[in-house]
Amino acid sequence: MQFPSLDRNNSPLSEEQARLFNQFAGSLSPEQASWISGYLAGVRAVAHGSGGGVHAVSAPVHGPELTILVGSQTGNSDKVAEEAKARALAKGLKATVKSMGDYKLPQLKNEKNVLVVISTQGEGDPPDNAKEFYEFLHGKRAPKLEQAKFSVLGLGDSSYTYFCKMGIDFDRRLEELGATRIYPRVDCDVDYEEAASSWMEGALGEFVQALGATSSVSASVVTAPSGFASTEGVYSKRNPFPAEVLENLVLNGRGSSKETRHIELSLENSGLTYEPGDAVGVFPVNCPEVVDRLIGAVGLGAGDMVTVGDAQMPLREALLTRYEVTTLTRPMMQKYAALVGSKKLAGILKEDALPSFIEYVNGREIIDLVEDYPGKGMTAIEFAQTLRKLPPRLYSIASSLAAHPEEVHLTVVAVRYQSHGRDRKGVCSTYFADRLGEDARVPVFIEHNKNFKLPADSTAPIMMVGPGTGVAPFRAFLEDREAAGATGRNWLFFGDQHFETDFMYQVEWQNYLKRGLLTRIDLAFSRDQKEKVYVQHRMLEQQKDVYAWLEEGASFYVCGDEKRMAHDVHAALLEIVRVQGGKTAEQAEEYVKALQREKRYQRDVY
Amino acid sequence: MSTTPVSPEELAKRAEVERIKDKSRFLRGTITEGLADPVTGAISESDGILTKFHGTYQQDDRDLRDERRKQKLEPLYSFMIRVRVPGGVCTPAQWLEMDRLATTYANHTIRLTTRQAFQLHGVLKRNLKTTIAEINHALMDTIAACGDVNRNVMCNPNPYQSHLHAEVYEVTKAISDHLTPRTRAYHEIWLDGEKVAGGEAKDNEEPIYGKHYLPRKFKTAVAVPPSNDVDIFANDLGFIAVEEDGKLAGFNVTVGGGLGMTHSEPATYPRLADVIGFTPTDKVLQVAEEIVKIQRDFGDRVNRKHARFKYTIDDRGIAWFKEELNQRLGWKLGKVRPYAFDHSGDRYGWVEGTNKRWHLTLFIQNGRVKDMEGYPLMTGLREIAKIHDGDFRLTANQNLIIGNVSAKKKPAIEKLLKKYGMQDTDQQSALRLNAMACVAFPTCGLAMAESERYLPGLITKLEKVLEEEGLRDEPILIRMTGCPNGCARPYLGEIGFVGKAPGRYNLYLGAGFRGDRLNKLYRENVNEQQILEELTPILRRYAKEREAGERFGDFVIRKKYVKAVKEGKDFHA
Repeated sequence: MQFPSLDRNNSPLSEEQARLFNQFAGSLSPEQASWISGYLAGVRAVAHGSGGGVHAVSAPVHGPELTILVGSQTGNSDKVAEEAKARALAKGLKATVKSMGDYKLPQLKNEKNVLVVISTQGEGDPPDNAKEFYEFLHGKRAPKLEQAKFSVLGLGDSSYTYFCKMGIDFDRRLEELGATRIYPRVDCDVDYEEAASSWMEGALGEFVQALGATSSVSASVVTAPSGFASTEGVYSKRNPFPAEVLENLVLNGRGSSKETRHIELSLENSGLTYEPGDAVGVFPVNCPEVVDRLIGAVGLGAGDMVTVGDAQMPLREALLTRYEVTTLTRPMMQKYAALVGSKKLAGILKEDALPSFIEYVNGREIIDLVEDYPGKGMTAIEFAQTLRKLPPRLYSIASSLAAHPEEVHLTVVAVRYQSHGRDRKGVCSTYFADRLGEDARVPVFIEHNKNFKLPADSTAPIMMVGPGTGVAPFRAFLEDREAAGATGRNWLFFGDQHFETDFMYQVEWQNYLKRGLLTRIDLAFSRDQKEKVYVQHRMLEQQKDVYAWLEEGASFYVCGDEKRMAHDVHAALLEIVRVQGGKTAEQAEEYVKALQREKRYQRDVY
Repeated sequence: MSTTPVSPEELAKRAEVERIKDKSRFLRGTITEGLADPVTGAISESDGILTKFHGTYQQDDRDLRDERRKQKLEPLYSFMIRVRVPGGVCTPAQWLEMDRLATTYANHTIRLTTRQAFQLHGVLKRNLKTTIAEINHALMDTIAACGDVNRNVMCNPNPYQSHLHAEVYEVTKAISDHLTPRTRAYHEIWLDGEKVAGGEAKDNEEPIYGKHYLPRKFKTAVAVPPSNDVDIFANDLGFIAVEEDGKLAGFNVTVGGGLGMTHSEPATYPRLADVIGFTPTDKVLQVAEEIVKIQRDFGDRVNRKHARFKYTIDDRGIAWFKEELNQRLGWKLGKVRPYAFDHSGDRYGWVEGTNKRWHLTLFIQNGRVKDMEGYPLMTGLREIAKIHDGDFRLTANQNLIIGNVSAKKKPAIEKLLKKYGMQDTDQQSALRLNAMACVAFPTCGLAMAESERYLPGLITKLEKVLEEEGLRDEPILIRMTGCPNGCARPYLGEIGFVGKAPGRYNLYLGAGFRGDRLNKLYRENVNEQQILEELTPILRRYAKEREAGERFGDFVIRKKYVKAVKEGKDFHA
């Protein structure tokens, strides 16, 4: 990377320091340079006791105020908000980040300058801790916001039907309430960094211009970076650590219809650390059969060269390692429809044709699309441009560093099913199950999740609801509580199909029960009896105790499937509070919301 | 003597099992709580001792133990349920119910045991209560099928061939009923019976056994000469029917048989029973009860390996025993009446009984009833049971008699036999037809080596030699167990194998064909190749040098391969 050469005259460095720096700086890649800038800022921030913000450039005391409102589930929006704050401060804006979960709603009417960063969950839902804010903003009591200027950034996953719905809703609602959109909304897909970065520059630029702020630091050295800085060491999402596979075994006993793997990866010498509740991101390799079939279906050559970022590579390699080749997303389909010029496909993708879009994508993948709507004479480059980047898959970490130093454990269920006459397989889960060679290394990074954390008070009781692979973080919780000698009571609800084959980590729970670490366990094996029994049924059976635990200050955690499980568990929780607390439905709702506000009801659902 | 209270000091000296019984409130323990614990498919160790008395053993699939340990799963626990069938007789309806339970709750097989019981294997804990309850609804039960009590009472299973047999079968049932434990625990736990008020059982809940039951298991059989199919001398207590003038005159009484022993512990040994005297039929129950009580009062409760009735007798002498018994009876047993056995194996094929009904003895390899590739035995028997108007009888050699078939029904049954490939079950080598093996791997917790899964293949290898030497139809008793406890009565095999380690067996030779002499260790710790190398020359020599009618077990003694065992104490000599 090219840097302007420094010397004694244009820097505070001595001649020797300048020489060393010039030599060193010239050897850096853009990523390394970006990391170092963050690192130095972070070190300085820590030294100044300002709380560890990455870009904690000293805040302008007098600059115009900017509020960055954030609604985050897994922490990505938080990360973006912190980055935006750092850049805003650097541009002379007195920026503060406020979580929607902690926000004092009556203050909203006083806000003048607002950035919103909001992610979308599941079927177009807000993050757990942003629900109340969302309802308030969209309700009758929402204030007029005619004095406010705003811009919205939405985070989401384009493979979901209601992609970035929250961003869209906030953007529209703020306008309805009279606020002025100072910069257009941007919707980010799973690889959000670049889009988020350019939104920040654009939106902050408008604010600076409108408010007349003056930058507090010289912009001569650091120009707007395209990515995010990191304090995490050398390895990050942009530069994943190649982790050695220490263990890869099937947890389900013979005869199970499930194939759940327990995978242990080495983090030795990576510098990567995590806490219980965090996730590990994995960059998988696509299935070669799927890739070859797709190449055949579009009538291209495996060796046709394509451009990915700055690199040139054969189509086959790009499809194996760089692009999503299975999941259908609306943007991908729109690009593809344009490429092949299909009117019929374009019809499905019209805004008002949602039901036909939903029907088409249900159970279908990209291979179905290219077979149903074949195009003629497209090039490999053109086809590749319709695809989205292969996003990393996130898994809730199943281990505690305190129990397994320099290791990270995952619980991954192999996804295999049939639809529309074809065998389908989950990209990353079958990567672990089928495509990891003997000495393979898995590219990983850590995704921190501050919204799924053990209570700070080690004597506080916790209740954990984690059927299926949802049990993973609770293994980490218990390992961590044991290592820390935490005395709080622990209650686990687990379920799966069959007791004999699907009781994941059974022996560990049994030992924890014997040792008294696990106070209670309630089990729901859905297919061991005539009627299906799930975790929420066990909660309801034990509702007196569940409520008593809540009243005694217990935190309530849910991890796992969102659509079927988490909704039912939420409904059961409301029911328990209503019945056992002798409350109305509204009061029960309020009770549960209060739990969320106090961070005593946390979810990690997918 | 009666069930006098045991002091805490005395109890402390006794075996752990004795203390578990003592605390169990007449076999209740915490079985109900253990069944309800959803975190494990197992029950506690002490409840595991107690459930034996209720007729069920906890087991696990030993093939999967290691695999599941790595998978962080507990062993694949399940339960074996042993169903008492006094004298081995059941109705077609009961057979159909066993079939249904086996396919609904167990591993789709029924095991016919060497003691005329049914066994279901692979019943999961959550289905255990239902299965046992449904067995009881079918008017069978499981209580005292295992445990330190009198077990299933055996009887020669062909009672309808004569008036004598029918009478003997009634006596068998009466003994079984008389010696069945009386505890209400069984009804409370499995049949939702009313609980005894106050929780603690009444002191007189077990008038015969008392709260500590027997020191060890206790086995009783009734034989009808000339058949010794029940191996009467292998039982703690036996009654040999005595026929005089075509009528049942009474029984010769046998005591002190038992086969179990422990490898490398010469103080443990198999022992054949002594014939001690004669009792008239109307005194049989009194004799049985007093003998059980003597064992209750004198049996060793400190060392379980020395607790069987046979050691109680050998330690004190048979004269002492007779004296003690006569004293308790208040009268003296009569002199032993003449009797004669000529075989202990089964006779296959159709037989017409004196009541003009027909009986078919089917060969069931190792007593395992299941559907096999090309041989749907279980289905075939189910179809027969649906039309059968007689009964089924389990033999002491793990075979099955379709009994009491009317002449009218016989053709229909023969048609089904043909349809399901069961018409020629006895067209096997006589060695195979006279073979017995215990269950062993994968379910039996005691097994040290394979047995049921291995013996058929070993026999196939021996059959080559038999064919070559013209011995195909020469019956030779061959028996195998996976451990030295003796379920398949290996010490009464003319050729006996007892497992030592995977693929390794002790080889015994020289038992009596009539079940009247124990065999003797010939080679220790041999593998298959060594077994074949050892047995081949002996079998070839037997073909050439045997005397007319000479049995293999007698031949190996005459030719000095082994010494004849005269009594249990000589077994290791």
